[in-house]
Parts: sequence; C-alpha cells; structure tokens
Amino acid sequence: MALDPSFIGRSYPPTEPYEVGREKIREFAVAIGDANPVYTDPEAAKALGHPDVIAPLTFPFVLSYAAAAQVVADPELGLDFSRVVHGDQKFEYTRPLRAGDRVRVAISIANIKSLAGNDVLTVKGEIADESGEHVVTSIMTLVARAADDAAGE
Amino acid sequence: MAVNFDEVEVGTELPAQSFPVTRATLVRYAGASGDFNPIHWNERFAHQVGLPDVIAHGMFTMAEALRVVTDWTGDPGAVVEYGVRFTKPVVVPDDDRGAVIEVTGTVAKLLEDRRVRVDLLATSAGQKVLGMSRAVVQLA
Repeated sequence: MALDPSFIGRSYPPTEPYEVGREKIREFAVAIGDANPVYTDPEAAKALGHPDVIAPLTFPFVLSYAAAAQVVADPELGLDFSRVVHGDQKFEYTRPLRAGDRVRVAISIANIKSLAGNDVLTVKGEIADESGEHVVTSIMTLVARAADDAAGE
Repeated sequence: MAVNFDEVEVGTELPAQSFPVTRATLVRYAGASGDFNPIHWNERFAHQVGLPDVIAHGMFTMAEALRVVTDWTGDPGAVVEYGVRFTKPVVVPDDDRGAVIEVTGTVAKLLEDRRVRVDLLATSAGQKVLGMSRAVVQLA
C-alpha cells in the first residue's frame, strides 16, 4: 500500500528535552573509535572555541531517530516498519551538539514519493536548544521496500 | 592547526584511513547508539531477512567515513553539512578479522566564504558502501 503524499508537511510536537551528557558523548566516541580529545577533554574543546566537549557529528541521529518513532507509529500514515531501511542521511549544522545542551527535536515529514514500487519517506528532525536556537537538522530518508526485496543499509 | 583555504585546491587529497569493524565493534555501537536492530548482531536473523551475514550499522559507517574529514580539520565544528547514501552493506563475518572500511577524501569544489566540498569514497571488500558521500567544510 503506497503512502499518502498528502502527509507531506505533517509536523509532530517537539520532544521532551534531551540533556546531552559528557559521559554519553564519551561512550559514543569510544564506540566509533574516535580518539579526538574534543569529545572527551573539556580543555581540548575550549582550545578550539567550544564551551564544553562536543558530540561526534553523527550523534544527533540518536535523538532524531528516536523522535522519528512518532512518524513510524502514526496510525494514519500506516508505514510498515518491518520493510524499512535507511536510504540516505544528511546533517546540516549550525554548531555541534555539546555537553550541557538541553535540546528538543521537532519532526516533520519533508517528502513522500514512490520509486520502483518502494515508498520513499523523508523525515526531517530539527534539533534546537532551550532558547529555541537551531543546533542541527537531521534529514533521514527511509525506504519501505516492496515485499520480498533484499534488505539494504 | 586549522586547514587554510588558500592551501587547498580541487583535487587536494585528504589522508586516507582504514577502519576495522568486528562483531564486538557492532555490539558496542548498538549499545552507544540505542540501535538494537538484530541485523547488526544476530546472524540467524540476518539470514532470515535475506542478508549474507550480520551487517554494520549504516550510521557507524557514516561516522567512520567522516573521521577522514574531522582528523584533517582537527575541529569537527568546521563541518557545516554532511550527507551520505547507504548503497551496500558492510558485511561483518564472525571471525577475528571482521571487515575493514577504507575511506578516501578529495576536495571536489571550492565554495564561497572559504568553504570547500569534500567528496568521500568508502569501500569494504571492494564494494562501494556509501554513495553521494559529501561534507561541506569551513576552512580558515
């Protein structure tokens, strides 16, 4: 069943604040094997002009993906998540996320199209800090494969 | 030690890097990212959905590829935009060697305001695993 293009532009209420913690950043940096001290040493981060340690640049996906669950679970949209693979991912940064940030994610459906029988859904997550200032936008393209196709990602 | 815009040109190559991935890497990344999709740790499940074996998280591969850029600039905050397409999975066998992601980067375009576009090429086992992999970077 193809997704209804009239859902393009639908937006969801911003999430409850997520507090970015130093130790979570450290855990993520270790998991990607990145030893850049800007992620773990506040002094190294300050030397580069950041008020505190920053998060690796793909970390915002953790927040935007969790927030996108609203789209996946939207009964009116009717996305079959068992067939979904991550097709494309893009980030647009005003600045890196950093320790101490309390951010909210505002999710919206940026595009819906059909490509070779697959539904292609573009979900935008705007991440803003407590004062409402933009930090980063995470744009995910999810592909709901036609039945019996091989998995991707 | 920021990279100066005046010292790069179209075709400037960034230092290439290789990133090893084992099953342990994927378990650790699953925990840190909260992505517990069993295709990234359960071989039985991976086979059931038609995959040759357990595959790496696409977002893990995306993170590794960008290290070629952030190790070049020193400050990850220099990256203004970063996007990829997940074209082929990184297949990670259950042995001591796992897989390797090889990444090269080239300055593809000089932009306004002392920015450049870097195009990244990420391969594993000879297959291109990311497509349209591009970062816009603010240089000094």
